[in-house]
Amino acid sequence: MTKNIKLMQGNEAVAEGAIIAGCDFFAGYPITPSSEVMEQLSSKLVKLGKVCIQMEDEIAALGAVLGAALGGAKALTASSGPGMSLKAEHIGYASMCEIPCVIVNVMRGGPSTGLPTLPAQGDIMQARWGTHGDHAIIAITPSSVNESLYETIRAFNLAIKYRTPVLILTDEIIGHMREKVVIPNKEDIKEILDVKLPDVPPEKYFPYNYTSGKVTSLAPMGEGYRYHVTGLIHGETGFPSQKTDVIQNAQKWLYDKIYKNIKDIEKFEEFQTEDADILIFAYGSVSRSARQAILMARSAGIKAGLFRPITIWPFPEERVSSLSKKIKKIIVPEMNMGQAVLEVQRNACGSDVYGLNVVNGEPITPDTIYYKIKEVAGA
Amino acid sequence: MPNKKFDYDKYLRKNTLPHIWCPGCGDGIILKSLIRAIDKCGYSKDDVVITSGIGCASRLPGYVDFNTIHTTHGRALTFAVGIKMYKPRLKVITVSGDGDALAIGGNHFIHAARRNIDITMIVFNNYTYGMTGGQSSPTQPLGTFSTTTPFGSVEGPFDVCNLAQAAGATWVGRSTSYHAVQLEKFIVNALNHKGFSVLDVITNCHISYGRRNKMKSPVEMIHYQKDKAVNVRSSENIAPENMAGKFKTGILYENKGAQEFSEEYYKVLNAVKIK
Repeated sequence: MTKNIKLMQGNEAVAEGAIIAGCDFFAGYPITPSSEVMEQLSSKLVKLGKVCIQMEDEIAALGAVLGAALGGAKALTASSGPGMSLKAEHIGYASMCEIPCVIVNVMRGGPSTGLPTLPAQGDIMQARWGTHGDHAIIAITPSSVNESLYETIRAFNLAIKYRTPVLILTDEIIGHMREKVVIPNKEDIKEILDVKLPDVPPEKYFPYNYTSGKVTSLAPMGEGYRYHVTGLIHGETGFPSQKTDVIQNAQKWLYDKIYKNIKDIEKFEEFQTEDADILIFAYGSVSRSARQAILMARSAGIKAGLFRPITIWPFPEERVSSLSKKIKKIIVPEMNMGQAVLEVQRNACGSDVYGLNVVNGEPITPDTIYYKIKEVAGA
Repeated sequence: MPNKKFDYDKYLRKNTLPHIWCPGCGDGIILKSLIRAIDKCGYSKDDVVITSGIGCASRLPGYVDFNTIHTTHGRALTFAVGIKMYKPRLKVITVSGDGDALAIGGNHFIHAARRNIDITMIVFNNYTYGMTGGQSSPTQPLGTFSTTTPFGSVEGPFDVCNLAQAAGATWVGRSTSYHAVQLEKFIVNALNHKGFSVLDVITNCHISYGRRNKMKSPVEMIHYQKDKAVNVRSSENIAPENMAGKFKTGILYENKGAQEFSEEYYKVLNAVKIK
C-alpha cells in the first residue's frame, strides 16, 4: 500500500492524531502557540459529526471536556503556559474523579505571559505537580511532528485504560514546525481503545475500585448507570467519605494504578548508548539537537549516547538508574533552569549529572550540546 | 396541597442521608420542589444530569438518584455545557449557590446565558457563603452584615434575574423557599423551557446570614421572604422607591422563540457532516 505522506505542523499532527484516535469532543480557548489545534478541529471534527466548541475561558474548556467525558466522549483540550496554570484546577478534578481526557500543552516561555511565541520546556514539573494534592500523572514528550500524531493516539489509549488525564507536552518548535508525517492507515494502528459500557449491570456497578488492582471502566452517563461524581475523597460507590481506610486506599490507588503499571506506560528511545561514556538525557525538540551533537562527538572520538524519554511522567526511573551504573557522566540539556535534571540526579546515583540550561527563547543548538560534551569529556 | 402519597424514595439516595444542611435550612425545601418538578415532567432518571459546584446547595446532587456531578467551585455550568453538547438528548440541570454561581462562576453563568444552551440553572440565593461560615456574597444586600463586612456591606449586590436576562437567558424567574408551591411550578416551567432558564430562589441561611442580620431563626427568615417578595404583577403598581429592600417574584422574562445552542449546533454539524 502506498504511504499517505503529508507536510504538516505539530499542532495539526496532534489534531490529526486525535481524529484517528476517535476523539469526539474538543473544547478549548485561544492561546498562542496552541490555537491551531482548535482551529483545525473546528472544521475537521465537525465534518465528522463530532463536537468542537470554543469556551469562555481555559477553566471552562477543561470543565466541558470533563463533562463530555463523563457522558462517554473521548475528549481533548489544548493550551499553553498561562492556560495550563488555569487548567490545573480541573486536572486535579480529572485525577481525583478518574475521568479520562487528553490535554495538550504546547510549551512556551514563562512564568506568566512569558514568551508566547517562543519555545521552552519550563512546564515539566508543572505537568507533574501543577495541581494541588497527591496524585500521579501521565505526560508524554514527542520530539517531532510525526511523533506528535502517533503519541496523541497513544495518549487517548492511556487515558481510557488508566482513567486519568494524560498530558502531551510539545513545545513551540514542534507545534509550529512543518515536517513530513506518515498518516497511518487504519490497519497500521495497533490499538485504539474505546469507551465501553461496564461488564456488570447497573445495580452491581461501582464507579471506583481501589483494591483489586484493576481499573474499573467509567460508565458513560445517560446509559442507565446512575452514579455520583465528586471531587471530595470518595469511596468505591462514588459518595464522599472521611473514613481513614477509605481515604488511604483512595489516595494510594491514584498512585498505584500508574506506578504499578509503569512498564506499560513508559516509553523511551536510546541512541548509541551501548558503548557510551557520556549519556545525554534529552526530550522533546532538544533531543534532536542532542542526537546531532552525539554524531559530532563520535566523529571527534567521544563516545556519547542519547536517552530520550517519550513518556516523561511517570519518570523512567529504572532505565535511568541502570544506565547510570555503566555511564558515569550524564548531561541533561533543557530549555529551562533545570527540571528533568532533578529526576535524573535522583535516579542516577553515583554518576556525575550536568545540567545544560538555555532559557533565552532560542532552541538549544547541536553546537551548544557538543561543546558541553567536550567540556564534560575533559572533566 | 402537597400530595401525601408522593413517592420521594424513588428519587432519594437514602443511603447518603442525613444531609449536611442545618436544621431549618431552606435548601431542603428546594430539593423537595425539584424532585416533585422532575417527577411532574416525567423524565426518566437515566436521562437527567445534575451538576453542581461547591457549597451547601451544591451538595444536593449527592442525595438524588440521577446522573450527578459535584464539580469544582463555580464550574458546574462548564461540565453541564460539556455533557449537554455531547449528549443533547439529556436533561441537564445545574444547582448552585449565589457565591458559586455569580462570584467564582460568574463568567460561566453569563456565557451559558449568552449561548442560550438548554440547561436549567437553579440559584440557591441565601446572600452568603454558608459552608465557609458566612462571608460576603455577590448578592448580599447593601448595609447588611457578614463575617467579612462586619461594618455593613457598601458593595451593591447582583440582581440574579436582571443579570441573567441581560446576558441572554431566555427564561428567568424568581421564587423563595417560603413559596414552595409556586417554586415547584416554576421549576416545571423552567425545565420545560427550551433554552437557558435561570430560577433565582431566595432561601434562608439563618445560621450564617440571619444571625448577623437580626433574623436568627428560620421562622424570621421565612417571614422575611414572605414580606419582601412582591409578585411581578403587583410590583407594576408600586413606585420604584417603594420597592427598596423588596424583590420581585414570578416569571420575569420568557422568550420561547429564541435559537437554542445545542440544537443549532447539531443543525450545522449535520449540514456540514461528510456523508
